[in-house]
Amino acid sequence: MIKRFLTLLAAALAFGLPTLGAAAPLRIEITEGVIEPLPIAAPDFVAETGSAAQLAKDIAQLVADDLSGTGLFREIPESAYISGITSFSSPVQFADWKAINAQALVTGAVSLQSGGRLTVKFRLYDVFAGTELGSGLQFSGTQDGWRRMAHKVADEVYSRITGESGYFDSRVVYVSETGPKNDRKKRLAIMDYDGANLQFLTDSRSIVLAPRFSPTGDRILYTSYETGFPRIYVLDVASVRRRVLEQQQGTMSFAPRFSPDGQDVVYSLTQGGNTDLYKMSISAGRSQRLTSAPSIETAPSFSPDGSRIVFESDRSGTQQLYIMDANGGEPKRISFGKGRYGTPVWSPRGDLIAFTKQSKGRFHIGVMRIDGSEERLLTASFLDEGPTWSPNGRVIMFTRETQGAGGAASLYSVDITGRNLKRVRTQGGGSDPAWSPLQN
Amino acid sequence: MKTGYTISGVAHVGLIGWALFGGSFAPTPEPFEVTEVVAISEAEFESLLAGTEPPETVSDIVVPEQPAPDVEQPEQPSPSAVDQPPALQQPDETPPPRPEARPVPPELTPPTPAEVNDDVAILAPPSDAPETAGPVTPVRPNPRPANRVAPEAVAPPEPEDKVADIAQDEATSDAAGEEQLPDQEKTVEEAANTEIVTEAEQGDSTAPSRSLRPKARPNRPQRPAETETADSTPDTTPDTRSAVDDLLAGLTNDTETPTPARPSGPPLTSGEKDALRIAVQKCWNTGSLSTEALKTTVVVGVSMNEDGTPDTGTIRLIESRGGSGGSVNQAFQAARRAIIRCGARGFSLPSDKYEQWRDIEMTFNPENMRIK
Repeated sequence: MIKRFLTLLAAALAFGLPTLGAAAPLRIEITEGVIEPLPIAAPDFVAETGSAAQLAKDIAQLVADDLSGTGLFREIPESAYISGITSFSSPVQFADWKAINAQALVTGAVSLQSGGRLTVKFRLYDVFAGTELGSGLQFSGTQDGWRRMAHKVADEVYSRITGESGYFDSRVVYVSETGPKNDRKKRLAIMDYDGANLQFLTDSRSIVLAPRFSPTGDRILYTSYETGFPRIYVLDVASVRRRVLEQQQGTMSFAPRFSPDGQDVVYSLTQGGNTDLYKMSISAGRSQRLTSAPSIETAPSFSPDGSRIVFESDRSGTQQLYIMDANGGEPKRISFGKGRYGTPVWSPRGDLIAFTKQSKGRFHIGVMRIDGSEERLLTASFLDEGPTWSPNGRVIMFTRETQGAGGAASLYSVDITGRNLKRVRTQGGGSDPAWSPLQN
Repeated sequence: MKTGYTISGVAHVGLIGWALFGGSFAPTPEPFEVTEVVAISEAEFESLLAGTEPPETVSDIVVPEQPAPDVEQPEQPSPSAVDQPPALQQPDETPPPRPEARPVPPELTPPTPAEVNDDVAILAPPSDAPETAGPVTPVRPNPRPANRVAPEAVAPPEPEDKVADIAQDEATSDAAGEEQLPDQEKTVEEAANTEIVTEAEQGDSTAPSRSLRPKARPNRPQRPAETETADSTPDTTPDTRSAVDDLLAGLTNDTETPTPARPSGPPLTSGEKDALRIAVQKCWNTGSLSTEALKTTVVVGVSMNEDGTPDTGTIRLIESRGGSGGSVNQAFQAARRAIIRCGARGFSLPSDKYEQWRDIEMTFNPENMRIK
């Protein structure tokens, strides 16, 4: 019986399968690809008013520079263009752009009204699909703000192509350094992420350290030796006014950082030779002790949801990274590699922690998962330290100092993949960078 | 693991045995129809016995009005008329005493090779017994390693600056296009990496830490009749079949046997599939994908034109795994760009197997490309 059934089944399969098989598509699996910049074309924007001709050119160039600077895009030079964009609303000749392998095309138009009102609009095209990516967008502002408008266009393009937010319309505060190593002048400076619009916030009479932006970017915490001892100050960016945040006699306070809601500040306080972590409510001025150990606890950083704090401590005998509840409690060590770990910073995405590592006489900037796994070192040099995250959590900026008496500190950035390592343009030397959130 | 090797070993030994002796078992019906011809002429049989030379049998076959088969037989081997007789001679040694016995032995032999025979039937006619016996052993080791080695071995010969070539060709007449080429070549060579090496890792050798995951075997359309021998070694049949299919596919490729009976044509060899996979992955650029999109696997369907170019209007998302709406779209767009860009000049696919690759489903799995 069973044999007969099997025979019938086999016969059915023999006749049935060939027809089914013929209809089935060919299936392949692709598990390896390439990692290369996406070729993008950003021809000069169309000047809709005569006075906007130069701006139209500059804005398009800045958009291209922003995108190319990420390492994720490659600008196709104008000399390769087969056709240009002469009208913002005319249809795009996709074949011409496809022929030069442009995979994305940014077109735009700029108009400058008599009152100084500047309008920038743009469209983004997927060349190979022959369609527009998203809909056209327009920004308006004053002529002085043309760079910000260009950054916003670039942010939007970046976001539509990569699927994550951009970071071009952001600022960086850092410690500007001038003079020889034995007599270095330090002052706080703020600039656009690309080094433009530099502005000094303090003078160079006293040493300043470790500036940190508030979550809204309107305030900055920093440490100053103005009184001879390190003290934490909070500075209003718009008015450049400042005040002391923590002032206890016989103590030193430093390494401050805002909580994600901007209401609290976590910092280190040294008292009686011991350094522990404290949290202070800015509005109430009350402090809460978070750690109580004979070791040095410092460099705290909140998780994006504000529930936990990562910090460095030498309680194990060497400098390592620990995570604990935002209200204190038993810390859990997360770094176990060879070497010393310090200056941890929680990623805005919440998935990674950036840190400085010293191992075998060299310094590294690295990232690891919040449980300490998958540690990856992104850089290596004589001295790399003090990482800070871009607003989208894709790029890390840090300080790199060169060796020797003539050595100088400067700012560098690197993609979290370890690619696109490059120096950030600054006026003179720079250290201790802190990246702001995206501006409104 | 060991049982797998055992099964595979048994299957391959069976395959070799079948390939060596299968020809003499005369598995296909066609050759036996020819032998029936012998039974027809009893009177003439004596004359045949007297004249032992095979050519006579051929001439005899032609002369008797044995319907169609007789006429076909001499025509087919005509270029290699010498080959045909030996095949007949073997039976001739036994048959003389009992001519009717000929139809019988074939019926007894089939049990062993059984299911696989259909494909052999396709291959057998062009390559005679001695030829098939030769290639079997050398060919055999090739198919297996090819799965692992081919991606590297095949990739180098193909020009890396293929993208640049595409752009160049289309830009043709312009001087601007000529200037563009070196620029593109530089960037492709410089930036195209399948593995990220950070500054901290520079100087160390970065051999791949893992090998490619074996590909899932696509289902094979041809399933020969397995009615007669359902009882013999049922457990090993799938493995055996797939291994045999691989081998036969390779053999078919070499011999280019026409298969007029099947509209779908022979299946693509693993080498042909690898070539397609490599061609697509060279344009699958994950560099601009978000970390979320790099966690998203998409299955993309595309219908192909006969010249090997994709019908871009048919590129569609069939399935996705591991991502949200936005990241799925990003992953799909990257996959679509890969298909369109590298397919612009047509993928290198065998035109005689068009029906096999008319519709393709490509799974883009970025697990190895992920930022860890």
